[in-house]
Amino acid sequence: MPPPGFRLDLLWAVPALPLLGFVGNGMLALTRPKAKTAVSIIGVGVLVLSFAAAVAAVAGFVRLHPAAPLVFRYWEWMPVGDLRVDYALELDYLSAVMILVVTGVSALIHVFSVGYMGEDPGYARYFAYLNLFVFFMLTLVLGSSFPVMFVGWEGVGLCSYLLIGFWFNEKINADAGLKAFVVNRIGDFGFLVAMFLIFRHTGSLDFDAVFAQAPTAFTAGDAAITATTLLLLLGCTGKSAQIPLYTWLPDAMQGPTPVSALIHAATMVTAGVYLVARCNVLFALSPLSSATVAGVGALTALFAATIALKQWDIKRVLAYSTISQLGYMFLGVGTGAYAAGLFHLVTHAFFKALLFLGSGSVIHAMHHAYHATHSHEDAQDLRNMGGLRHHLPWTAGLMWIATLAIAGIPPFSGFFSKDEILGAAFARGTAEPIWLAYWVMGIAAALLTAFYMTRLMLYAFHGPNRTGEAERAHLHEAPWSMTGPLAVLGLLSFAGGVINVPALFGGHAFFRCSGRWRCRPESNGRSSSLRCSWRGWASSGRCGCSSPRRSCPRGWHPRSGASPESSGRSGTWTRCTTRSSCSRSSGSRARCCGRRSMRGSWTA
Amino acid sequence: MSLDLSNYRDLALALLPELVLTLAAVVLLLVVAWRHQTRADLRVAAWVAWWGLVAAAVAVWWLWWNTARAAVIPPPVHPPMIAVDDFRFVADWLVLGTAALTVFVSFDYLERESLLVPEYYVLLLFATLGMMLMAGGEDLMMIFLGLELMSVAVYVLAGINRRSAPAAEAALKYFLLGAFASGFLLYGIALAYGATAATNLTLIGVQVTTLGLQKSTMLLIGLGLLLVGFGFKVAAVPFHMWAPDVYDGSPTPVTGYMATAVKAAAFAALFRVLGEAFGAVPAWREIVWWLAVITMLVGNVVALAQRTLKRMLAYSSVAHAGYVLVAVAAGTPAGAAAFVFYLVAYTFMTLAAFALLAAKGRDGERDVRIDDLAGLAQRRPWLAFALAVCMLSLLGFPGTAGFIGKWYILVAATQSGQVPLAAILVLASVISAGYYLPVIMAMYMKPEPFEQAHGGMRLGPLGSIAVAVSVAGLLFFGVRPNRLLDLARTSGAAVRPAPAATSGGGARPTAPKLAGN
Repeated sequence: MPPPGFRLDLLWAVPALPLLGFVGNGMLALTRPKAKTAVSIIGVGVLVLSFAAAVAAVAGFVRLHPAAPLVFRYWEWMPVGDLRVDYALELDYLSAVMILVVTGVSALIHVFSVGYMGEDPGYARYFAYLNLFVFFMLTLVLGSSFPVMFVGWEGVGLCSYLLIGFWFNEKINADAGLKAFVVNRIGDFGFLVAMFLIFRHTGSLDFDAVFAQAPTAFTAGDAAITATTLLLLLGCTGKSAQIPLYTWLPDAMQGPTPVSALIHAATMVTAGVYLVARCNVLFALSPLSSATVAGVGALTALFAATIALKQWDIKRVLAYSTISQLGYMFLGVGTGAYAAGLFHLVTHAFFKALLFLGSGSVIHAMHHAYHATHSHEDAQDLRNMGGLRHHLPWTAGLMWIATLAIAGIPPFSGFFSKDEILGAAFARGTAEPIWLAYWVMGIAAALLTAFYMTRLMLYAFHGPNRTGEAERAHLHEAPWSMTGPLAVLGLLSFAGGVINVPALFGGHAFFRCSGRWRCRPESNGRSSSLRCSWRGWASSGRCGCSSPRRSCPRGWHPRSGASPESSGRSGTWTRCTTRSSCSRSSGSRARCCGRRSMRGSWTA
Repeated sequence: MSLDLSNYRDLALALLPELVLTLAAVVLLLVVAWRHQTRADLRVAAWVAWWGLVAAAVAVWWLWWNTARAAVIPPPVHPPMIAVDDFRFVADWLVLGTAALTVFVSFDYLERESLLVPEYYVLLLFATLGMMLMAGGEDLMMIFLGLELMSVAVYVLAGINRRSAPAAEAALKYFLLGAFASGFLLYGIALAYGATAATNLTLIGVQVTTLGLQKSTMLLIGLGLLLVGFGFKVAAVPFHMWAPDVYDGSPTPVTGYMATAVKAAAFAALFRVLGEAFGAVPAWREIVWWLAVITMLVGNVVALAQRTLKRMLAYSSVAHAGYVLVAVAAGTPAGAAAFVFYLVAYTFMTLAAFALLAAKGRDGERDVRIDDLAGLAQRRPWLAFALAVCMLSLLGFPGTAGFIGKWYILVAATQSGQVPLAAILVLASVISAGYYLPVIMAMYMKPEPFEQAHGGMRLGPLGSIAVAVSVAGLLFFGVRPNRLLDLARTSGAAVRPAPAATSGGGARPTAPKLAGN
């Protein structure tokens, strides 16, 4: 491990601060639930500080250009014989992206919650849960081993469960929470069993060791690795609401809207995508599993989009839209375009958080209007809205940005990420028609997305107002604490697409480097050249890239060509040459030449 | 410290904890013979019992601190009937600690329920003494005596509330089925003796290897009967039928004690018998494998259907017996460590859960339904928090000792090649979410049904201490299990099959070949 330079040693503070916030707010909730100012300061403050710490750590990380993921071990957690599990955090490009998204979006949503939840009697409890959620989410993405990740994995599920049932006046809320948790437990079954299969075959559970040994411990494409990865996929479908375990997410909309934005759109539900990306080495070893991931994703993207067409509850439209977009991400990571899947995760976090918070702002206004006139109409029903752009101009404008982004209209962020996913599927389709089918499904889902989102916007913001004469006077824009975060997210939804162009987040440059299907040697005469190279790339280059110099991107070499000073650790890998061959772009250097290896794409 | 168990001084030292506890129990018996009228007498009895338990625990600690071990005794002398090893010490601590916490939980409960029976504490001490003999027994006869001492005391404890018909039913049922189970056990001992001409565990182990009795029918039948007997005591399916009714009918602190200490002691004895006497007989692994699978599945599925909290916890304790059996089935050092660790974690969570239930109920906690806890989090946040931690730990939620315990069991099972068993364990614990979570849901997500619905909930200061200690233990060992795991590992390693006979006759002290048909 390189010396922790720069401000990398701040990494522990990233998850620790929200935990501190949880303890503080939890104490306040028990002792002085009325102290709302203190709760707001603690709740938002820890998130802002955590975001600052994350930025500092990532900046230090990027400047250090480490060849391997940086692992910070804090203490020994579970020593069992030769298996040792530490409380350790790991920073690499993947987790760097994730912590920035999680802390950044969380901080904005916490600010929004100050306004949105201001009059709720359970204010302190709400912030305590929300802080705890962020802590677990950061544990999930920063954990350096499966068990630590599992702690976060279960923890976010618990917080989600508690927050869905936050308003316990109605029984349906509690039932929705229970449903979410039980469905997630089915997914966890897959995760846990997969974890123990991995342990059985590789003898370890640290990401480093598992991914280093996976190519030798498993035979590419055999039953063991396929079973393992399919079980992992089961875990992912539970957490990320994919077919067949998607049913809980629409019901989860019973929770407060900022919770839907944070947990059920931007962060927790993307954990499944994160897990597949994290385990890309394992998935790459099993073409069947990867194709299943992509298939589940494509099917879910299309299927959920069709459901969204006919929903009247504004939040349920967005819920099905989330499921559909998560399907896109699965299609991306299943195709092997991990960077594209992650990229969509990031842009989706921006525009879907914006859509949810915007709908929160709408519901807030509608609720106040109905509350003022003691009406019992449904504040979330699109049929009761209409013409709101005159009353909520900021919300309307910002939500239009998000709508254009999610619909994939060019300069907006969603276009870039969707395009990459669809492009990846299409490119693989040139060799295997099944991927063309996935591509078609993706295109169809994209069209439906544009349709149902436009429908939502038109029903809510345009045309005549259907709220009611008496209520109309009470419709007004939310306070700045709610519109401010919306504006920031609007900016990100608009311009978020550019982050994939420079190399900072392992974007485009890297994507070209790691996209397996692009790396494929066309002249490989064996079986399906595509699959072969695709599998081979990840499984130690035995069959892949055997004549790849011309078709692989610059800097990638088969084993025989590796120069001794190359920075890789294991010798049997297709690897990058030293920095000299890639030094033209120092940004991509780290990705190309770092630890090319098993961690594949992400820790490069 | 090496103890030569053939002389009385060393033998007394080796038995110091048991002697201390016996003394305390006898003194207490004398005290309550004269003073059993008032509430003050009840409190005196509780404190005498508590200090007796503490003194015994200190004696155990003293032996452990001085690494007391029995000296190897040359063949002509009969080998010792009591083990002096870390496994015994840890098991002793566990049962003593459970009993001490039970005293705290009962302190307020007995007064509240107007159960002015100071003999309760005497019986508690004698039951604990029996458990210690079971956990330390190096001889089937000793284990049987300990088991009977424990059982008889617990039969009475189950029916201590003479005004309650369900308690009487529970006591009778427990007594009849317990006697039946003892019969199985005794017959198993007889057959094992018939096959090996020994009742000493080490000797049985030696006889099995030297005489090649692995396939002896008589020995196998004896082993099967032993497993049935122990299966009754740990409430493993299909020998669990008594458990829900008995747990349901007994006073709640007694239920907590039965679900934890009785089970722990029976498991400790089972573990020692299988490890030391039958280590070379592969047949039991298969049987225990199936027992574990059935117990986990049946326990969890039936628990799903329960409406009252007490019966739900009763079936949950059946399910947990299945998890522990997985650790036994692993049969490796890691399995032994997981076994000890899980018993400790299980004891904490179950005891605290029953203690909280005892606080909730007003004479007849049988009727506390899960929905009766609605809104507890608003009214009594700390109690709700404690119960939530217990439920999460029972569920195996990360961050609690229950998770670490299950984790170790899974690791042990996977390492010994029992991946299907591990998968079934995970599946079973997924099912268990279906009945543990509604408790949390009721407490945190439902409004109080009416004003002051939880007004009568009273834990008492000592009960609070017991619950706080348990919950703190669950959380602490969930985050830093290292010390406890070290202890579990060394103690688990103490139980191992006797080394095969090295020199002719060296380890064949008693009978020539008798069995083998």
